[in-house]
Amino acid sequence: MAEASYPPELLYHPEHDWARIDGDLATFGITWHAQDALGDVVYFDPPALGAQLSQNEPYTEVESVKAVSDVYAPLSGEVVEVNERLADKPELVNEDPYGDGWMVKIRIADAAEAGGLLDRDAYVAALGE
Amino acid sequence: MVPFAGWEMPVQYEGVIAEHNAVRRAAGIFDVSHMGEIETTGPAALELLQRLLSNDVSKLAVGGAQYSVLCREDGGVLDDCFTYRLGPQRYLTVTNAANHEQDLGWFIAHRDTNDVEIKGCAADYAMLAVQGPLAREIVQAIANAPLPDRMRVEQRVIDGFDALVCGTGYTGEDGVELLLAPADAPAVWDALVLRGATPAGLAARDTLRTEVCYHLYGNDLSTDHGPIEAGLGWCCKEDTGFIGSDAVRGARENPPAQRLVPFRLTERGVARPGDSVIGGGQVTSGTFSPSLQVGIGMAYLPREKSTLGSAFEIDVRGKVRAAVVAERPLYRRTDPAPR
Repeated sequence: MAEASYPPELLYHPEHDWARIDGDLATFGITWHAQDALGDVVYFDPPALGAQLSQNEPYTEVESVKAVSDVYAPLSGEVVEVNERLADKPELVNEDPYGDGWMVKIRIADAAEAGGLLDRDAYVAALGE
Repeated sequence: MVPFAGWEMPVQYEGVIAEHNAVRRAAGIFDVSHMGEIETTGPAALELLQRLLSNDVSKLAVGGAQYSVLCREDGGVLDDCFTYRLGPQRYLTVTNAANHEQDLGWFIAHRDTNDVEIKGCAADYAMLAVQGPLAREIVQAIANAPLPDRMRVEQRVIDGFDALVCGTGYTGEDGVELLLAPADAPAVWDALVLRGATPAGLAARDTLRTEVCYHLYGNDLSTDHGPIEAGLGWCCKEDTGFIGSDAVRGARENPPAQRLVPFRLTERGVARPGDSVIGGGQVTSGTFSPSLQVGIGMAYLPREKSTLGSAFEIDVRGKVRAAVVAERPLYRRTDPAPR
């Protein structure tokens, strides 16, 4: 399992999700803390392509051996790509939560929403509370 | 680590699947020191235990181990426990942590002669379970004499420390459980890990025991269900007259409305304890099976729906998941143990 890490270039949602913004697209996944708390992930059911995600709303579930957890959208937008590899290799969420374990890419609906997310230091501080 | 019944419990070390597979393929070591112990000694020890425990304690030879449940008069299950006969008039009963104080009180309340002594000794013992096809080899390498067979108990010296070695476990694999002084446990743990036992947490213990359909008190067993409903009639010997035996006899003659059965999902998903069975019934154990790669568990089902192969549906967080009543155990080793 990967070492604890929270990349500084990402934005974070308090429900333990991250967003990587690249122009008008954003990639989402769950944080190191979330995958560590869940333990070994066994199922990830991606949303449909074209699904409209709303900020702060769950868009799917991630299931581990121990528990099931909602996955929250850090930003609103339309799903343009899902990580197909997770169907066969859900353990990528544990092994590489910010890389190969990404979950969906969206076309950002409202760039201003990013202002409501946490930077790395604020997220890490929130984890410590 | 998570708190449970006053203990800090190791849920996982490396990861539940890796730990689970280590136990199925090689050996794992669990710190189960939260388990309680009650010693019952004296000329009337057998008589008292025969009243309290559901199994026929008179059949328990010195050096033997026996599983039983502790029932109320109405047959509700207070606890399930292993009892080891350490001497002609000396028995050690291993209790569940959350029930230990209540069990001890129950034992003491039913003591009606000075010919039996009851001692709660949860603080006197640490407990390490070493389980898996290579478990015995690993423990044997640091033991002073051959280990006891399955369902036997012997005093041994392990890595220089006195230990009660029990040929029991909760994983469906061969192995032993070691009862030893708490001060000695860390050194024995380290010695066994050094020899190849993989530290395994309570999350792996749960997936392992669920695969072989061992009951977990508080999930599959409670005062709401009798042993017959729970599928534990095999450890109830009503002719001994144990507390609850009349209720158990009645349940055997007039089968209860529900029965605990193993199940597996026939589609993706994982049912969890507390999930409702559509049309009546409840999941009491549910997890993802690392060995079978599907959702598995145990559920109380209406008797008429509880036959092997019956299809049913579970409400899993608002999603309907298809399941089937499966054979016990859900997992059975097919390949010979690796050498």
